Parts: sequence; structure tokens; C-alpha cells
Amino acid sequence: MSERLRVEGLYKVFGEAPQKAVALLQNGADKDRVLSELGMVVGLDNVSLSVPSGAIYMIMGLSGSGKSTLARCINRLNEPSAGKILLDGRDLVPLGEAALRDVRRTRISMVFQHFALLPNKNVIANVEFGLKLRGVAPAERRKRAEEVLAVVGLARWAYHQPHELSGGMRQRVGLARALATDADVLIMDEAFSALDPLIRSEMQDELLRLQSSLQKTILFITHDFQEALKLGNRIAIMADGKVVREGAPEEIVLEPGSDYVASFTREVDRARLFDARAAMAAAGGVTEIGGARLVTDAAMADAIVVDGEMRVLGALSAADIDRLRGGASAQSLLHPDVVCVPADAKLIDAARAYRAGQPLAVVDEARRFIGRLTPERMLAEISAQPPQSSSTSEGAPHA
Amino acid sequence: MLEADDLAIFPVDKWIQGGVEWLAYNFRPLFVAIKWPVESLLHFNESVLQAVPFPLFVVLTFALACWLASLPVACFSAVALIAVAALGVWADAMTTLSLIITAILICTVIGIPIGVWSARNDRVWGIVRPILDIMQTTPTFVYLVPVVMLFGVGTVPGGVAVVVAAAPPLIRFTNLGIRMVDKELVEAGHAFGADRRQLLWEIQLPLAVPTILGGLNQTVLTAMVMSVVVAMIGAEGLGLVVLQGLGRLDVGRAAVGGIAIVLLAMVLDRITQALASSRKPDARRKASFASRAFRTLFSSRQQEEMKPEEPAARSA
Repeated sequence: MSERLRVEGLYKVFGEAPQKAVALLQNGADKDRVLSELGMVVGLDNVSLSVPSGAIYMIMGLSGSGKSTLARCINRLNEPSAGKILLDGRDLVPLGEAALRDVRRTRISMVFQHFALLPNKNVIANVEFGLKLRGVAPAERRKRAEEVLAVVGLARWAYHQPHELSGGMRQRVGLARALATDADVLIMDEAFSALDPLIRSEMQDELLRLQSSLQKTILFITHDFQEALKLGNRIAIMADGKVVREGAPEEIVLEPGSDYVASFTREVDRARLFDARAAMAAAGGVTEIGGARLVTDAAMADAIVVDGEMRVLGALSAADIDRLRGGASAQSLLHPDVVCVPADAKLIDAARAYRAGQPLAVVDEARRFIGRLTPERMLAEISAQPPQSSSTSEGAPHA
Repeated sequence: MLEADDLAIFPVDKWIQGGVEWLAYNFRPLFVAIKWPVESLLHFNESVLQAVPFPLFVVLTFALACWLASLPVACFSAVALIAVAALGVWADAMTTLSLIITAILICTVIGIPIGVWSARNDRVWGIVRPILDIMQTTPTFVYLVPVVMLFGVGTVPGGVAVVVAAAPPLIRFTNLGIRMVDKELVEAGHAFGADRRQLLWEIQLPLAVPTILGGLNQTVLTAMVMSVVVAMIGAEGLGLVVLQGLGRLDVGRAAVGGIAIVLLAMVLDRITQALASSRKPDARRKASFASRAFRTLFSSRQQEEMKPEEPAARSA
């Protein structure tokens, strides 16, 4: 993925003379010292980020961590004190008023925590808002607004007033308004935080669904780590105006890197985060016995039988393997009931598919056998215990 | 022993007298220019109001109140106007009303732009606010002094005094209304690239309308009060009826004037108040009694209708 947005050494200090504070911060002072010496509040302290095109980039932090300040600096609702914001390589910080308006009208749009819909306008007029500001002709903007409303599933509500809609529906209108301008960068500032948990989860699914076809670059601000894990392609965790950890969701959970980040990752439902590939024992080589292709595993006495293209045919128990060696036909011994799970299935789904006594085989997109899952390995992954320390799950012979 | 009167050695009254005379003499064209719009508008309004036949006026008021407020307010207005006519002071009431209407029109044209400007520029508000404070703490009676000196006596100077007294609430409420607009909505305007003009016309003014109309209601009531007080400088109307009654110790005549003033004030207040409250952001848009009831019925049915369909829309 190419880079869409890049933030370099961004500072934001709230106060009369921010440059003095920036100089102090650049010399290694921290937030508290700036506050005590200059009486100014540090919003952002040397933040650098790189947001790939088409990604959902989560900025996660508690209140006061500077996450909203960062989002508002990107479209300059907050004026950065120092640093660069590069949108496709063009720095937004030095832009004049007219050029900035142009960027806001065509390149960056925003979804607000409390929806920020105009109460005196009906739904469709709200969706048209950005286009109207840009000077698009009424008929054309109405047409575009109708399309976008259909995308978010609110076509029937076009001529209602916002106060007649539920919270989730209002935020769909907010989303439609942001999508209507065709901006490729979307800033979502705590967009789902004001919704109740069920509606929030629904909206998250909806956003993922929309994103799979729209491929916008989304900068999503949240205080909810679970939300960050669910939506994000990448996550930046902020504290005291700094980015303390940045990476893909699984990376952050596996290696929090600091106690602060670990305090979030401890609560994570790892069964829903990690997939079968992460927990499986990779398949070893194929041995051929009596015409059957067997993938055996040193840790497990039984074997998975595969065809020439590594597709799973069935399983053989330890006793059956001995019989096979004794000359019995593989066909008659084969147990066909092997549960196959895709490599990208989450552990929770793999656990649901598991049946006692039936081996769990992990297969790739082409349904080729690539590894095996056992209850022990899944439990080890979910409980964050390294499998080596577990007595029931011996090291598998990795190829 | 020092007496308070011993300190009365500064001839402040003479200074002011001299100052005002100098002003009136040297700035005559300015005061004529200020007086002119008030005078022409006042004459126009009065000639229209006096020319409209009484029954037609009652019917028009009824229709207007029905449209702007509600049926009960309209009925009350019609009854109140008929009562004023029955008291025998119809012509005086129309003179007072023309004074008020003139003041409201001029206040709106001057007050709302000043209020908008004050809201968007703290420095302007820093200058306007103390002036409004002085204007509003000054008793209405005291206004009459400079008005008489600079504009003379009669109905037209009375009109000037009414305008000056009635403008502050509208300026204040306009300023307040625009400043009170939800910060997130203003941010949304900025985020979607609104320029200053678009921000004002698309977001700030429409959302400030309920507050501005509240200010208009205050302005109407202040104008009503002042239109009575200016009888002291020779303005005609219901105030003069009261003043003459008191002067002649004719309590009955003074009471008739007083009752007519109260009735007229109530009509104006009810109509403008309904106008302001029906525009509250979350209320339904201004609508007549019947159509509002109809809409309430209609939308509640649609909401019921929506429930089974909502999950389908979401999963779609």
C-alpha cells in the first residue's frame, strides 16, 4: 500500500507563545515541565505517523492523550505549532485559507462524535452540506446525496428531520455526509463512542463492510482498545501527547512493549484476535505408506491423510497406521471426519468447530493442508502462555 | 460643619447645556439624517394603520396570529382588539402601534447586523457591550432628556427614543444566539470547508433564529413601554391618553388608556413569543395548529412502520 498521509514531528501547544514551548520540548523537556515553566498545555509532542492509502488507521488513547488534538490538526481545525502534515506529499501546514478550504472540501472529510448534524435541515440536506459549500449544482448534489444515503441504508429517511432518527441512524447520516464529498481521507473522531454497545458493534461491522468496497484512508480516533483491534489495520497508541506504540493489532497484543500498552492488551479477547494460523503446529513432510500420503506429527500419534494436492482426505489413528504398515488398505481404515478450518479463522470460531475425538486441520485458501490445531495449542494462544512452557503441548517438528 | 450643598460649586448643568447646544447647532444635518428614516417610516405606518378599516384589521390580525402562533392566540388577539375599539381609543392605539412597528423595523435592520458583527468579533463586542449596558441601565425616563435637546418634541422624536430604547435586547440576543451555536456544528462547518459567509448563513444564523426571535419579543415589549413614556415629550397615542387623564385628575380616562395599553401589549407579546418558541431547534418547524397535529400523527405512524424494517435496512 502506498502512503497517503504522513505526519512528521508534529507539535501542538495550547498557549500564547507555542514556539517557546516547542523549543523546550525539542530540548527534551516533558509535558509537566512545559506546564510548570511556561504555563502552557502540550497537546502533541513530536508525533510522527505514516498512514497507508486505503487503511483504517486507529489512533487510540485515553482522554487527554492528545488523540483528538492530532485528528483536528490533520485538517487544521487545530493549528499545529510545528511539524509537517503531508497529504500525498504536499504539506498542509503552510496552506493559506483558500487552499485549506479547498483541501477540506475535496480531500479530507470528517465524522463527529456527537454527529454534528444541522437540526434545521432534513437528512438529505445534511448529506448535501459539503457539496453545497463546494458550490455543486442543486440537482447534481441531490443525486449524489441520494446515492450515498442508499449506500448507508437510509434512502427511506432522506426527507425526515435528524431528530426523528435514532443515534445509530444519525451517525449513518454523519458518515453519508462525509462520504458524499468523495474525499479520500476520512477523519472519524470517536465516531461511535456516543452509541450504545449493540449499535456501536453494528456500526463497526457496517464501516468494515463499506470500507471493503470504498477503500478510503480512514483515521479513526477512539478510546476503546477493542474497537481499535476490531477496525484497525494499524494502531497508534497515544499517551501524554506522544505515540507510545504503533503497529498492526496482533503485533501490539503480542508485544505490548510497555506496561502502559500492556494494561490495554491484558483485557483483549485473544480468541477473537488471533487466527488459526497463529496457533497451529505447521504440517511436516509427507510420508507414503502403502499408497496413502500421510502427514504425521511427532507430537501426535495419529496422522492426516492428504491427496496429491495436499487436500485433506481423512485421518488415521496410531493403531490404523500400524495396520496400514501390515498391508491393510488405506481406504478401509480412513476416518473421514476431520474438521477443516481456514487459516484466517479466529480461534473462537476454530474452538466452536472442534468436536471431541476429531482432529482439527488448518487449510489455506486453496484448501491445502498446512497445519494442525489442538485444544492445548488454542488454550495456550488464548491465555498468552507460550506453548513451550505447557507440558501438554510439546514442540512440534517444524519444517 | 460642611454641608453637602457647599460642594455644589461645579456648574455641570451649564456645561452639559452648552455641550448639547453646541452639538445640536453644529451637527444639525446629522440629527436631521437620523430623524429622517424614523419620520418617513412612522408617517407611512401611521397612514396605513389609520386607513385600514377596523373590521379588516381585526381579520388580518387574526389570520396573522393563526399563521405565526396558534388558534387560541388568534382568538385572544381578535377579542383584545375589539375591546380596545370598544374603549373608544382605537385611533390612539393605532398611533401607538405605528410607533412600535416603526421601532421594530428599524431595530431589526440595525440591531441584527450589529449583533452578528459583535458575535464574530470580540473587539467589536468589547465596544458594543458597555454601550448596551449603559443603554439598558438608564431609566427610560432619562432617555427623554437628550432626545428632546437633539431632536425636539413630538411624535417623531418619540419614535427616535423608542428605537434607541428598544434596540439593545435584539443586539444582545443576536450576539448570544450566534455565540451559543453548538461548537461541534461550527467545527463541522469548518471541516467541510465553509468560508465565513457560508458559516454565517448556513450554520450560525439559522441556528440562532430562536434566540434572535426571543430578542425580538423583548424588543417589542421594550418598544411598547417606551411608546407610552414618550407621551411626556409630546408623542401621540395611548400614552398621551393616560398622561392627559392624570393631568386632569380624570382617573377614568387614564384607566381606559392603561387598559388599552395592557391589551395591546399582550397581543404583541403572545404573537412574538409564539414565534420564538415554535422555532426551537428540536421542535417541529413552525406550523399551524391543525397541520402540526396532523404531522405529529403522521410521523408517529411512520416510526412504528419503521421498526420491523430497520434490521433489514441494516443487514442490507
